[in-house]
Amino acid sequence: MRLACLAIGLSLLATLAMALEVEDHRLYPGTGDRMLRIVSTADLEVFEPYLRAFQAERPAISIDYTVVSSAELHRAIRNGAEFDLAVSSAMDLQFQLANDGFGQSYRSDSTESLPEWARWRDLIFAFTAEPAVVVLSAERLAGLPVPATRQELITLLRQHPERFQGAVGTYDVRDSGLGYLFATQEARSTDAYWRLSEVMGRLNPQLYCCSGQMIDDVSEGRLALAYNVLGSYAAERLVRDSDGQLQILRMQDFANVILRTALIPTTAREIESAGEMIDMLATLGLRDAPGSWTLPPLRQTGDGEGSGFGPIRLGPALMVYLDPLNRRAFLDEWENALEQR
Amino acid sequence: MTATGSIGRRLTLLLAGVAALLSVLSWSMVTGLAWQAAERTQDNVLAASATSIAETLRSEQGEVRLELPYSAFSMLGAISEERVFYNVMAGSALLTGYEDLPVSTLAPPAPGRVSFSTSEYRGSQIRMASVTRLVLVGTGPVPVTVTVAQTRGGVATIAGDLSQLAAILSVAFFVVAVALSAFAARASLRPLNEIAQAVSRRGPSDLRPLRRAAPAELAPLMTSLNRLMDRLGQSIRRSEDFIAEAAHRVRTPLATVRAQAEIVLRSVRDEDEKQRLRRIIRAVDESSRSAGQLLDHATVAYRAEHLVREPVDLADLAARTAASLGPTAAMKDILIQMDTEPVPVVGDPVLLNNALRNVLDNAVKYSPAETTIALRVRADHGEARATVADEGPGLGDGPAEALTERFRRGSNTEGVVGSGLGLTIAEDVLLAHGGRLELETDHHGRGACVSLVLPSA
Repeated sequence: MRLACLAIGLSLLATLAMALEVEDHRLYPGTGDRMLRIVSTADLEVFEPYLRAFQAERPAISIDYTVVSSAELHRAIRNGAEFDLAVSSAMDLQFQLANDGFGQSYRSDSTESLPEWARWRDLIFAFTAEPAVVVLSAERLAGLPVPATRQELITLLRQHPERFQGAVGTYDVRDSGLGYLFATQEARSTDAYWRLSEVMGRLNPQLYCCSGQMIDDVSEGRLALAYNVLGSYAAERLVRDSDGQLQILRMQDFANVILRTALIPTTAREIESAGEMIDMLATLGLRDAPGSWTLPPLRQTGDGEGSGFGPIRLGPALMVYLDPLNRRAFLDEWENALEQR
Repeated sequence: MTATGSIGRRLTLLLAGVAALLSVLSWSMVTGLAWQAAERTQDNVLAASATSIAETLRSEQGEVRLELPYSAFSMLGAISEERVFYNVMAGSALLTGYEDLPVSTLAPPAPGRVSFSTSEYRGSQIRMASVTRLVLVGTGPVPVTVTVAQTRGGVATIAGDLSQLAAILSVAFFVVAVALSAFAARASLRPLNEIAQAVSRRGPSDLRPLRRAAPAELAPLMTSLNRLMDRLGQSIRRSEDFIAEAAHRVRTPLATVRAQAEIVLRSVRDEDEKQRLRRIIRAVDESSRSAGQLLDHATVAYRAEHLVREPVDLADLAARTAASLGPTAAMKDILIQMDTEPVPVVGDPVLLNNALRNVLDNAVKYSPAETTIALRVRADHGEARATVADEGPGLGDGPAEALTERFRRGSNTEGVVGSGLGLTIAEDVLLAHGGRLELETDHHGRGACVSLVLPSA
């Protein structure tokens, strides 16, 4: 226990030294000396089952798990922060790390069995495919039709502004890497995005950094609707809160599907364990049934919603919206649409 | 004769060498082309990407503005998993992208043209495509250069794969070529082998010119060979003419000597001198007989080449031959017992007479006095057979075939004068007629039995 405390203290010191904005942190002590340091954007309650499963097989390995925002993770790895594994849902940032040479390649039977679209150059590996969804508060939308497409959602918001005034939440794309990815991909794919943003902008929308808080606020009734929430978190919350407050909605016209990816940074020391973790995640990613895991597999065959949309492609195109000029231009437009005060 | 390596092997090796050279050449060409093709593919995509970015360049409120089109990078990701780098420079100032990308600033490409370069960046080799456009900003135009770069691992992989495929194909080509070369060498040497076989199949005295269709390359060889055989034949004929001439010239004086010796023999009373004269006469007889045989031999050699073919009755021939030898036989009190039936054959009567006379002459010579020589002529299983059986000492212990060699005499002929040509002449005649000579010692252990076998007409 003392060793664990010391380790926590040390790692806290280390993160402080790097001025890392840590959202959450936990150490899972093992019986041996080896320590797998993971930096991730996944909340602890979502990712803990995976860490437990990993440790159940390899009790000797301690796991140091740090939760940060995707932008923070990207910045930390670029600046040479020492982690053995970086897990993030912001595909574009992960891809840029790999492209710019901050990852090391890893190859095993498990990674080879991943489909081509779920890996890139043996540097980054996807292990979940998670859709963006709309989360509704059943109570606050009582009596209103449930929208199935963006057009219906726009109509709904326009016809009942009093119900939604100040009660619409979405990502603040300036802070959230995942929110930015969702927004840019959606703007690229559907014209309805900007119209929807204009409509939301008139309703004094609430802006959030993270999916978790948005879901919290919807389930507690502060928000009527949260737009572009990571479906896996919402589903996980739906399982826990069975009071029927939450309603998850997947847009029928178009839905973004992101891949949660893992990458071994060049600074990694515990490469072997990191590789084993990737193997485990890849194997779980290829499972057929969702099972009791908190994150969905790569292929959602049991998904009755019939999503005709593949996940966002892992490729250099992801870097287009990371370009500072493009980002500035996009954020300008976004601010114009959403902040009409 | 020393063999200086086989032509076939040399030809095969030469062709295989050529095939190997061609294989290596084709492999290196395919490899080069594969590299070029892979590079060109990458260059094209890079150029398209850089151009599509450059097309978004514009001037807004005195600033250069651009937008990276999504397609500019997605097209790069579509064909390979290469790492992508880019930057946009306005003059020497970075607008966006990777600042440290090793773009050559010395000679920016002419506006609108795409230039390519290869360089090292972040530990990998990269290929860069640059496009420059002039954008009006404030007072004057500013050259803006868009550079898009990709690592080249994929190019190396594609080119390597193709090169490997080409190597496998080249080896296969080589193997097939070697097999075909061996076949071709054998096929082109076949006429030569055929001519060699035709020559070696010939009989020992067959010096006729070769009349075969031969490839143009072998025609000089054939001509030389024929000329050589012609010269050889002439030289043999000349020496035989010479022998015949010599024998003829010797025979006439010998006849004179014999006649004179006989006259002297009659007038001499002294028994010693008579004996001496008789020895002289016998020696002269032998000499003239040998000369006669040499003449016969030359005759046979000449006539066998231009064989006359006319019907001959072997029995009739035998009767005449026996008659001509009658006096000689009578001198030794030898009885020639005839047992013949008419057997027609086709051939040269002079030669056949020659052969039979020599055989019969041998029998008379080797038979002891007061014995019988049986001369039998029969048709037997489609063959005509004239057999001369005597009661002499037989053919000796040596192999019977050896007796037909020239100047070879039996092992038991000591004390009897002879040339060793008789059986040779007989055999030559029979072979020229397509027949054979059969020699055997009589089954009773005494006497030789010589058969002249001819195909019956």
